[in-house]
Amino acid sequence: MATADDLKFQEFDDAANLLAANPDATTISIDEPAEIPKNQHSHLQETGREEDDELLGTDDSDKTELLAGQKKSAPFWTFEYYQTFFDVDTYQVLDRIKGSVFPVPGKNFVRLYIRSNPDLYGPFWICATLVFTIAVSGNLSNFFIHLGKPTYHYVPEFRKVSIAATTIYAYAWLVPLALWGFLMWRNSKVMNIVSYSFLEIVCVYGYSLFIYIPTAILWIIPQKVVRWVLVVFSLCVSGSVLVMTFWPAVRDDNRRIAVATVATILLLHALLAVGCLAYFFDAPELDIPAPIIPAHNGTTVITKSH
Amino acid sequence: FPGLADVSISQDIPVEGEITVPVGSHSPDEDYSTLDEPVKDTIMRDLKAVGKKFVHVMYPRKSSALLRDWDLWGPLVLCVSLALMLQGGSADSKDDGGPQFAEVFVIIWFGAVVITLNSKLLGGTISFFQSLCVLGYCVMPLTVAMLVCRLVLLAGTGTVSFVIRLIVVGAMFGWSTLASTAFLADSQPPNRKALVVYPIFLFYFVISWMILTFTPQ
Repeated sequence: MATADDLKFQEFDDAANLLAANPDATTISIDEPAEIPKNQHSHLQETGREEDDELLGTDDSDKTELLAGQKKSAPFWTFEYYQTFFDVDTYQVLDRIKGSVFPVPGKNFVRLYIRSNPDLYGPFWICATLVFTIAVSGNLSNFFIHLGKPTYHYVPEFRKVSIAATTIYAYAWLVPLALWGFLMWRNSKVMNIVSYSFLEIVCVYGYSLFIYIPTAILWIIPQKVVRWVLVVFSLCVSGSVLVMTFWPAVRDDNRRIAVATVATILLLHALLAVGCLAYFFDAPELDIPAPIIPAHNGTTVITKSH
Repeated sequence: FPGLADVSISQDIPVEGEITVPVGSHSPDEDYSTLDEPVKDTIMRDLKAVGKKFVHVMYPRKSSALLRDWDLWGPLVLCVSLALMLQGGSADSKDDGGPQFAEVFVIIWFGAVVITLNSKLLGGTISFFQSLCVLGYCVMPLTVAMLVCRLVLLAGTGTVSFVIRLIVVGAMFGWSTLASTAFLADSQPPNRKALVVYPIFLFYFVISWMILTFTPQ
């Protein structure tokens, strides 16, 4: 039968004192991970912004930080370091491409698809494909536009390939660099902006350019209306991927700076599309070539329609 | 040596034997002896190796001969001949013409290097020069296509000649891609094969485009 004293709650001494009194007792130590109470605390605080957690990924940002740190541990002068940027399977690349072509409203491309495994395969080869697609489509489109004319002599216009390559690769690498630097700078001023690593920004830009590949192929159609509809459509799709990625990152900043940043991103993207269309694709003829009009003094006058 | 003063071999123990070099160690002897062989033999040996690889490309099978003894003579010859044949493309101004010799050369070699790096970064087990060797040798069908195109263009430049050229270039493009994929795809991890094959497809597509759009002066 238990006495009242046995049932009373007992204050236990410090583990060290107990161990000093009874050195042979078995001891079990339980380490409480520090992240769990912090996450619960942050969840309780931000229940009202749950969709933002998905956008920002704050619920698994600690885990992703850990994973990122574990992955890229090779020094940068070894080959294995660069192999970590190509650690993607075929289905992952296809998933990312699908996510850039069908952007789900409210889902952040980086958090949903990249998940701290940014790859360089997608950006590099999508840019290469885009370069050659624009050059080839531009050449084909010019060929079809000028096909019937007697003075037309087909030229391959190969020099434009190098111009296309310079433009697209500069856009896909320098604009993310500038954006990353800008976000780093703002991050030092406003504390809770989510910051993406440079490779994640390159990844988003690279995959967002994918929609321009079928667009460039469809630009062969020599109708102005069709071309501009395609420009607007592809701009909406890839622009929305970029906006949904970067809006959560700048939203907490000064309102005007946030809007200006997103507007600049979209403006540069539009400039790329319109610039490519204007430079590589000749304007389709608006009117048919006029018939030859014989003048009354015997010379023939051909009215030009260009 | 004082201790050895009294060592002597007694007369009744025969000391005899044979010292011979065992027959069968080929490589050191052969390496030294190729210095003495006639120059014709040396050249013929290399030419036979190159020729054997061309035959392997023509009938692509999963053989390891192409991969084991790589050499870059074949790719060099093919690349130079292709670049030379692509010369003389028409140009109203210098900017609008076809690719110049340097451009073709750079595209082929730089493209092959990039594809090799790509497959190695994706975890491929093939070595750098083996991959360059395979990609270079598989340009052979496209070089044949270029030859055929130039001959067809001598006959005329109308729609019929364009259709013939399109069919020939298309068939050779398919052959090149299939041949190089047959050699290279095995060395890749299985769930990344498509990631490695696609750049090869793009590479040969660009070369085919250059061949197809060649218009004489």
